[in-house]
Amino acid sequence: MSAPQTLFAKLWAAHEVMQRADGMSLLWVDRHLVHEGSHHAFAKLAARGMAVAAPDLTFGVVDHYAPTRPGAVAPDIRRMIDTLGQNAAAQGIRLFDLRDPGQGIVHVVGPEQGLTLPGLLINCGDSHTSTHGALGALAFGVGATEVAHILATQTIWQRKPKVMRIMVTGALGAGVAAKDLALHWIAKFGADGARGHAIEYAGPAIDTMSIEGRLTLCNLSIEGGARLGLIAPDQVTFDYLQGRAFAPKGAAWDSAVADWRALRTDAGAVFDREVTIDASTIAPTVTWGTSPEEALPITGHVPDPALLAAGAQAQARATLDYMGLTPGMALAGVAVDEVFIGSCTNGRIEDLRLAAAVLAGRKSRVPGLVSPGSALVKRQAEAEGLAQIFVGAGLEWADAGCSMCVGMNGDLVAAGQRCASSTNRNFRGRQGRGARTHLMSPAMVAAAAVMGYLADVRPLLEGRV
Amino acid sequence: MSGWHVIEGRAVALAQENIDTDQLIPARFMSAPRSTGYGGFLLHDARQDDTGHVLNRFAGTSVLVTRRNFGSGSSREAAVYALVDFGVRAVFAPSFGDIFAGNAVNNGLLPARLPAEEIEALIEALGSNDALARVDLNARQAVIGGHAVVFDLDPLWQQKLVNGWDDIDLTTQHQAQILQFRAARFAAHQWAAPTV
Repeated sequence: MSAPQTLFAKLWAAHEVMQRADGMSLLWVDRHLVHEGSHHAFAKLAARGMAVAAPDLTFGVVDHYAPTRPGAVAPDIRRMIDTLGQNAAAQGIRLFDLRDPGQGIVHVVGPEQGLTLPGLLINCGDSHTSTHGALGALAFGVGATEVAHILATQTIWQRKPKVMRIMVTGALGAGVAAKDLALHWIAKFGADGARGHAIEYAGPAIDTMSIEGRLTLCNLSIEGGARLGLIAPDQVTFDYLQGRAFAPKGAAWDSAVADWRALRTDAGAVFDREVTIDASTIAPTVTWGTSPEEALPITGHVPDPALLAAGAQAQARATLDYMGLTPGMALAGVAVDEVFIGSCTNGRIEDLRLAAAVLAGRKSRVPGLVSPGSALVKRQAEAEGLAQIFVGAGLEWADAGCSMCVGMNGDLVAAGQRCASSTNRNFRGRQGRGARTHLMSPAMVAAAAVMGYLADVRPLLEGRV
Repeated sequence: MSGWHVIEGRAVALAQENIDTDQLIPARFMSAPRSTGYGGFLLHDARQDDTGHVLNRFAGTSVLVTRRNFGSGSSREAAVYALVDFGVRAVFAPSFGDIFAGNAVNNGLLPARLPAEEIEALIEALGSNDALARVDLNARQAVIGGHAVVFDLDPLWQQKLVNGWDDIDLTTQHQAQILQFRAARFAAHQWAAPTV
């Protein structure tokens, strides 16, 4: 018998082409996802006169700069999209272009197309590539130099990270979502709390979580500093994947599931670090500052910088000044100017269903944008009547893309405006210069829309879910 | 990328934690080709909001001293391009975002780790001024504003910075092995190949 292994160790070993004496591993990349931001890497490749080594394993998606609303497209945005199209065409890469029925945000498209599968190693030049680990894939974001390396060789050099298990016991309460769990642990351990680690999420609260919830949780692993997030594939995973466009079919499907059932951490396997979180103690959570670690239950109060260590006070004051908040004020009741629902974190069908459950028959007191995570999600939401609920509430129903999460396509929050947002980063200037972002679940964004201020969604959901 | 052993330049302190990649380079600048130069984008909004910003006053800065979790956030290598094109060659902090640190090394920028207490002492010493700095990569030693420190750096990254290694050149030497791996993987796991 070999020693018990973690899921992470099994996935790593399955992709190791070679290990150098100095400890670096050369890993095989099963799927490489590129987007408009990959232009630097294609330029590096062109400068060397090299072609893409495995175009059959490389997939392109237009997402970061994708226009989501009708109207003229700015020339620099058009150029970014066209450049990806030209690179994909020249290299023979399958591209989910703007008009493709499968277009959307790369981390939504991968799973829903079945490009993301358990046991695969997936890279993309985007930090939220950690998302794909929700299906049991070894998936992590890389920079442009590494994207160029993968394009050129279909491999990547990595040093094996440490492995941390986050065991989530109990069950999330009604109106409490995977987003709340993620913001809760990041606030508890810090935005660099899992630095240098791969995280495996496990436990009863994960076993009963939907794929959409798992994708949200793994997506936000990077905001806690982790290299990647991972969840062992199970029947929930297999049911989600079966029949997806790029997933195996027939006998190949059966042999895949047989292989995937072995993708579990063995009993007795040792982790470098283990923590436990009781899901039943988590309340709907919102951020108040400019780092994802600056998050509190909606029942909480804005911290007082005067109570912090002397060295930390100046930055905390600057943060509250940027956010337009005063020390000690209750988070519930902070007036918002607009709302956004979407992104690779929370732009999936379940996210839209939960937000719609809050908004049904109600009006938003503030303007807002809803951008589904993909064209498929958009069509499904329209078929289910969710889009009509958003529009009926007074929100704008847009096309799929990264949209207001990062603002590259021009969907921006104006300076000084406060946005309740289902996205992943409340960094200064993230949603636009001077924008004030509060991160929360889509249901909590819907609650903020209905009330016009940050509010606990739980009373608004009574009798509805 | 060319390697280096020693930097002699000027250091300043950025007394903040969690300086993320969106602060280092706001997304709206990222469609620019690298040839235009990214130095002007570095901490663009903070520098424009505060004309007395330390990087506005000391445009010749090549060494930064800052607090924990520098470069957290996105994988945008443009954050490193902005630092490098501004002239920064080394950043000293208690911790870095993992992807950022890898990107830095791939562009000849040193992400040097120091314990938080030593960082605080350097920040205190530098205040809002600049000071002479000398960084010795081989010895993993630096003298910043007269304070001598020994920094922590992955030995592999140290080698890579010194040698200016290019990974693609290294990897293509193993091409036969990679092709064998591909064939064996898809033979053993037919499902791992995309079906459409």
